[in-house]
Amino acid sequence: MAAKDMREPIESGCPDPWQYMHPSMRKNFGQWKYHEHPRPGVLRHVAYSGDEIWTVKAGTQRILDVFSLRKLCDIGDEFADGFVHFTLRSNIEYMVTEEARVQPLIDALEQAGFVVGGTQNTVAMISHTQGWLHCDIPGTDASGVVKSMMDELIDEFRNATMPNRVHITTSCCQINCGGQGDIAINIQHTKPPKINHDLVANVCERPSVVARCPVAAIRPAMVNGKPSLEVDERKCICCGACYPPCPPMQINDAEHSKLAIWVGGNHSNARGKPTFQKLVAAGIPNNPPRWPEATAIVKRILKAYKEGARDWERVNEWIERIGWPRFFEEVDLPFTKYHIDTWRGSRSSFNASTYIRF
Amino acid sequence: MAIEKHHTPMLDQLESGPWPSFISGIKRLRDEHPEARINEMTNDLLGQLEHSYETRKGYWKGGTVSVFGYGGGIIPRFSEVGGAFPKSKEFHTLRVQPPAGNHYSTKMLRQLADSWEKHGSGLVTFHGQTGNIMFIGADTPATQHFFDEVNEYGWDLGGAGPCVRTAMSCVGSARCEMSCTNELKSHRMLVNNFVDDVHRPALPYKFKFKVSGCPNDCQNAIERSDFAVIGTWRDDMKVDQDEVKKYVKTKGRQYIIDNVITRCPTNALSLNDDDSFTINNRDCVRCMHCLNVMPKALHPGDDKGVTILIGGKRTLKIGDLMGTVLVPFKKLETEEDYESMVELAETIIDFWAENGLEHERCGEMIERIGLANFLDGIGIEADPNMLAHPRQSSYIRLDGWDEAAEEWFERQAEQRAAG
Ligand code: HEM
Ligand code: SF4
Ligand code: SF4
Ligand code: SF4
Ligand code: SF4
Repeated sequence: MAAKDMREPIESGCPDPWQYMHPSMRKNFGQWKYHEHPRPGVLRHVAYSGDEIWTVKAGTQRILDVFSLRKLCDIGDEFADGFVHFTLRSNIEYMVTEEARVQPLIDALEQAGFVVGGTQNTVAMISHTQGWLHCDIPGTDASGVVKSMMDELIDEFRNATMPNRVHITTSCCQINCGGQGDIAINIQHTKPPKINHDLVANVCERPSVVARCPVAAIRPAMVNGKPSLEVDERKCICCGACYPPCPPMQINDAEHSKLAIWVGGNHSNARGKPTFQKLVAAGIPNNPPRWPEATAIVKRILKAYKEGARDWERVNEWIERIGWPRFFEEVDLPFTKYHIDTWRGSRSSFNASTYIRF
Repeated sequence: MAIEKHHTPMLDQLESGPWPSFISGIKRLRDEHPEARINEMTNDLLGQLEHSYETRKGYWKGGTVSVFGYGGGIIPRFSEVGGAFPKSKEFHTLRVQPPAGNHYSTKMLRQLADSWEKHGSGLVTFHGQTGNIMFIGADTPATQHFFDEVNEYGWDLGGAGPCVRTAMSCVGSARCEMSCTNELKSHRMLVNNFVDDVHRPALPYKFKFKVSGCPNDCQNAIERSDFAVIGTWRDDMKVDQDEVKKYVKTKGRQYIIDNVITRCPTNALSLNDDDSFTINNRDCVRCMHCLNVMPKALHPGDDKGVTILIGGKRTLKIGDLMGTVLVPFKKLETEEDYESMVELAETIIDFWAENGLEHERCGEMIERIGLANFLDGIGIEADPNMLAHPRQSSYIRLDGWDEAAEEWFERQAEQRAAG
């Protein structure tokens, strides 16, 4: 098609949400006074004007087909006022202004197979990414892991009986677009990339692949008379960073790409500064379609947290109080030399005191 | 015409269990959608996904696809096994920017659904981790057609590649009493100032804006954005002592001591003998905990503004970084206030575009050149709020000390004069 036939884009950027916002949220914008949590999945916010708004939150399959999307719209039209809000973790929220409309809305959502919950002290919807369904670098699937786990954790989504909220994330490569979580289930490769030398010369910009490696393990090399790359396998930390810019650096392996579990990431400033998650378990098989081994460990961690943590303690705070030795004991996970950090700044993670719990 | 359905025994196992199943959803598109194109496309998608489940490998590769006039916004996906699954061999995603705060009318969602099933696979996510609506699955001509259609009624592509990315903001002022700022306004002013940098990737790497209305930081802005804007306040928090007493009465003193008083990170709270609170507001670090526990009794003060942090990011390449305080407090009331925040973002992006290495995030550049040099580069004075504590190492040349000290006193005097 000639350029003259092409339509110039309208660079409108991020749309104004005002036109899509529930009228009561528009009216009371910036004028909310307090909220209550009448039951899991429902919030009641009260404005200085005296107006009230009830929010009903529901979990979905996240990858929505248009049928499900329209079903969610139908529910919004019939039982709410035709406005919705999506949360950071891809839950849908409906707003109504009278209490009497809450229960019929909940019934309609549950009838349609959606799950009402996810507020306050619940295990919130697992935030996840693309995986085999759509990414070009994944070591595992994301939607499938999340579906399998949420099937098992659904009661914790529906009932707010955790000490505080629990945010779980998953990532299907070590780039980790899933982000920090109280619990994170991430791919961890355990073998260096296998290089497909026939393809490197055609598809990869070698200097940028070399530059991508965090430990300078990649060198340009001639292999079978053709320009390629070689990896110093003693240096390689199997991170997979070379794979996105150079697909012949095959890092994904059906056997050796494993799952690892991390705990204690917390983005909130409440009671303490935000924290990064820490490795607790690795070598977990990447076992589709239901990943039972990973789910079993997550459930053990949740059980110990639920029993042991005090009100308002997030996972990181609970562990800070009871100490890491007891954490490993309570969740029945091995502690190994691989838990000792070796990356930059690692020294600040060592215990430079006599603080030891007996 | 009936299609030959791929056999998907592994995926079928993801249809059982109580949580909504994305596989069942895709199957409905395959089995029940009136359009043969969608039936065939989703059938082959399921076939390829089953193949991934069997072999534990992904089969998508990237490429170059964009709409006319833009360089980014589409995630191209070409199948490596397109011979076996030809109808989904091109399965690109369009990243479309959501309205700030993720509000939608059902009417608009239906309009988007109609456009999407006309051109694409019928699969969509609200939202990807970067914040975009992800319209998943369209071939190359369809990406253009779908974009042309939705762009006419108000939707634009987000970022992909080394560029300013789609921004995110919490629900905030629209429905949250903790909010200390107009998240939507900051979100739109910031990202819409950079539409050119969103659509035409030409920066060292990605640059993300995220806005949270208060330090609860529901948007993970500190951990996940290069430029985090977080609402806060600097006068005294508002206390309704009658409500405090009611909480003490209903929850009990022990609960209040164990869950509020002793949980304040800076010991700024005390419970008086008459069950009211005394709050040492100068020690309070606005962590939000006591407000979260007692939302009826405690509220942010009236002198509201934002804290700006720079340089948060995830693992690649040097490891995870949290954002660092750059502006401890900024008023956002007048148009000029907002514009000066946008100018700050421009200054930072310009400096980073010039000094960042290829594929180096802003936070990594700051790590490499040092915070002090970065501050010099963008013309911001050092402030103790930027640090957890001053330096521990004596290995530094200090021959500019006297001048720097002099400047500090001058700035302090100026600030006092300005009131
Ligand atoms: C070819 C390479 C890459 C592709 C195809 C890719 C793709 C994606 C996709 C599809 C998402 C959204 C996932 C979802 O929510 O469904 C995402 C998010 C994200 N990606 Fe990438 N990515 C790539 C490289 C990287 C790299 C190199 C990094 C890190 C240095 C990275 C960091 C992230 C992060 C942190 C997010 C979450 C975004 C946020 O919190 O705002 N990605 N990426
Ligand atoms: S975590 Fe990795 S594999 Fe998964 S979607 Fe993000 S970039 Fe792709
Ligand atoms: S896997 Fe990581 S460490 Fe190993 S060569 Fe590739 S980039 Fe370097
Ligand atoms: S970040 Fe603060 S203002 Fe925004 S939604 Fe969360 S609690 Fe409310
Ligand atoms: S907001 Fe946090 S720091 Fe401030 S008084 Fe309350 S608990 Fe203490």
